Amino acid sequence: MSHPKIIVVGGGLAGLSATIKIAEMGGHVDLFSIVPVKRSHSVCAQGGINAAKNLKGEGDSTWQHFDDSIYGGDFLANQPPVKAMCEAAPSIIDLLDRMGVPFNRTPEGLLDFRRFGGTLYNRTAFAGATTGQQLLYALDEQVRRYEAEGKVTKYEAWEFLSAVIDDQRVCQGICAIDLRSMAVKTFPAEAVIIATGGVGAIFGKSTNSVVCTGSAQSALYQQGAYYANGEFIQVHPTCIPGEDKLRLMSESARGEGGRVWVPKQAGDKRDPKSIPEGERWYFLEEWYPKYGNLVPRDIATRAIHKVVYEYHLGLDGQPMVYLDLTHIDRATLDRKLEGILEIYEKFVGDDPRDTPMKIFPGVHYTMGGLWVDFEQRTNIEGLYAAGECEYQYHGANRLGANSLLSCIYAGFVSGPNAVNYARNVIKSGRTPAHHVHDSERKRQEEINAHLLKNDGAENPFLLWRELGETMTKNCTVIRYNKNIRETDAKLVELLERYRHVNLSDRSMWANTSFVFTRQLYNMLQLARVIAQGAAMRDESRGAHYKPDFPERDDANWLKTTKAYFAADADEPRFEFEQVDTSLIKPRPRRYDAAT
Amino acid sequence: MANSKTVIFKIKRQQTPESKPYWEEFELQYRPGMNVTSALMDIAANPVTRQGKPTTPVTYDSNCLEEICGSCAMLINGQAKMACSALVANLKQPITLEPFSKFPIVRDLAVDRSVLFENLKGVKAWVPVDGTYDLGTGPRQSSEMQEEAYPLSNCISCCCCMEACPQFNDKTGFVGAATIAQVRLFNSHPTGKALKTERLKALMGDGGIQECGYAQNCVEICPKELPLTKSIADVGGQVMWQAVKDFFRT
Repeated sequence: MSHPKIIVVGGGLAGLSATIKIAEMGGHVDLFSIVPVKRSHSVCAQGGINAAKNLKGEGDSTWQHFDDSIYGGDFLANQPPVKAMCEAAPSIIDLLDRMGVPFNRTPEGLLDFRRFGGTLYNRTAFAGATTGQQLLYALDEQVRRYEAEGKVTKYEAWEFLSAVIDDQRVCQGICAIDLRSMAVKTFPAEAVIIATGGVGAIFGKSTNSVVCTGSAQSALYQQGAYYANGEFIQVHPTCIPGEDKLRLMSESARGEGGRVWVPKQAGDKRDPKSIPEGERWYFLEEWYPKYGNLVPRDIATRAIHKVVYEYHLGLDGQPMVYLDLTHIDRATLDRKLEGILEIYEKFVGDDPRDTPMKIFPGVHYTMGGLWVDFEQRTNIEGLYAAGECEYQYHGANRLGANSLLSCIYAGFVSGPNAVNYARNVIKSGRTPAHHVHDSERKRQEEINAHLLKNDGAENPFLLWRELGETMTKNCTVIRYNKNIRETDAKLVELLERYRHVNLSDRSMWANTSFVFTRQLYNMLQLARVIAQGAAMRDESRGAHYKPDFPERDDANWLKTTKAYFAADADEPRFEFEQVDTSLIKPRPRRYDAAT
Repeated sequence: MANSKTVIFKIKRQQTPESKPYWEEFELQYRPGMNVTSALMDIAANPVTRQGKPTTPVTYDSNCLEEICGSCAMLINGQAKMACSALVANLKQPITLEPFSKFPIVRDLAVDRSVLFENLKGVKAWVPVDGTYDLGTGPRQSSEMQEEAYPLSNCISCCCCMEACPQFNDKTGFVGAATIAQVRLFNSHPTGKALKTERLKALMGDGGIQECGYAQNCVEICPKELPLTKSIADVGGQVMWQAVKDFFRT
């Protein structure tokens, strides 16, 4: 039997887990990544990975995990795949443990688990506070093993430009650019899996890595793939504001007992340690007595916004609040949270073991993404998607420590499905359509040639700053229709100005600003999907909050937003799809109730 | 402007691997919290030298910007460092930026560090699991074992230890401290140690662990504070035992 060839685009947790499954089934993988896969954004995940292994005698169950995830996502996720993911979670943790992930241990030598947001159970396995890094390394090592056996070929420093789609709308491979020689090439495959992560760069500064532009998803959307629930963007409550990015301060800080507070008196200039308990306002604990500091992220983020912008109690008048760990002993902090405490120390200069951290919400996670069915298939035959780039597992708000799980799980689903599909393609005797490869390569080369000879006056990096500012201002925590429409008009303006973009570097060797400028176009197109989706959805659900429509509206909006690109009009169009709520009946989502 | 303080950067540039390097100077507005990567972003947004000459944005590797992906390693004021965690306020001016000197240049500050990933392949730096299907729980491990393994597993493959090592050069072909630390990590794992002999054999001979000259630069420069010299000593002992065993077996 011939070996199916599958292309995997993206070398984070989703891409690597798909790669491992494919290689194990006898397929060959061409693995594409902008950065060496070991440097993928998954390394930034800190706090842990959820699995209801119930090792703490709490009576936890995979059903409870499923219920927390659906409830946390405000009932927008299709339920069957989320249930399947939660059921697979314990065996995924076991596998990672067998692969050598240095998970923290109990005295008996078993896996330790901690609390995370949106649940009352200790369900989160963790390796210090660098769990994403440790998980990625374990998968990277297994992929290296397959690479040594000749089952995986890595194309690192290559960037995906587009899918090669034949006349029957079947995906036959990809078109990519070599980030050093800048050569454009197409690569044939029986199936393609997209695992290209989130879209943080659309918001300018976020917790995401530099490569998280959403460019690949946007290119596919412009080629006819549906993009679902684009308007759902998670803003993480606790980030360290920075000059070049917002650095995440993991939810695990609160999972281990961290408390969020502000001085009760506005403009209190005292050293935080000298402010007596009675003069501190632990607003999350007061407003949400049952979950306290561990409410889901959308709730905590809105609470911090309220305290800062409505009560005007931000620290020293600035948009910041305290995240306090100083009451926890240093040994525990070092054993369980050292990685994130080091980040704060290195980038801010203060030791969070001694002084409360100053934090503020920042754009963090993309709940929406490429539309896929329960088999991880996009609407383009032969094209699969897995991980943060697709929309399937988190509904309107992702629970902490579910992302690492959903990436690995979706990789494990998409990989074998792609192999089975590819085997059928081989059986059917499909011949590669050389002419579609040629025409796709030419199309991409023409875009490049056009960009290089453009002689306008617009600087792509400055256009990007404007994009980030308008998106962060109007399409994140608090959304008003009027402002969102202004943002969409701004996006149209930016797209027009993009036509006059001027590259200060026209050389064709490792030209990073050229590549960035191509990504920028795709960011602008996808930003319109986010903005228009947000404008349309007149309700509040999970991370999507409109003060003018403060309630969830199941009668009208318990549905998936599906955007597709209308090429003739050069803008998105929308359809809606019923959400599969066959397992848990939607109920009001209230974290403020005392019981 | 409330703060008109500026910062001077001197950056070593090189268009292609074959072309000649040259220096350019930039004068940037200082902002509190400024790091080297945000300075490079400022240059990209306004690529003009201190002398007012238009130039191109600087090519450099970066990704996470929080010192966990290992991308943005370069020589900052002559020292191997991560550009993201290098705060301008802590650096002497003018700040010089150069690419690593012991790796092939790609362009400007970007170099090709794939040699480390090849070395990791050579020493089989992985746990040989039977498969990814459900085979039950992993081996029980004490907290002490986890606390030994975790710091070694924190290596971000930045290659600072290799750049700083006097023995890491074309003449010796030395694998470098990062790879040796990974050998120690996998040799200590209950399942990983199945490949111990193969790993140790890969570290024997030319370019192997014997090339280490005990300069200790690696452990001083490592941004993640890996116990590198301890690992070299430990693995050195393992290699010696292996050599003795091999001697008596043949």
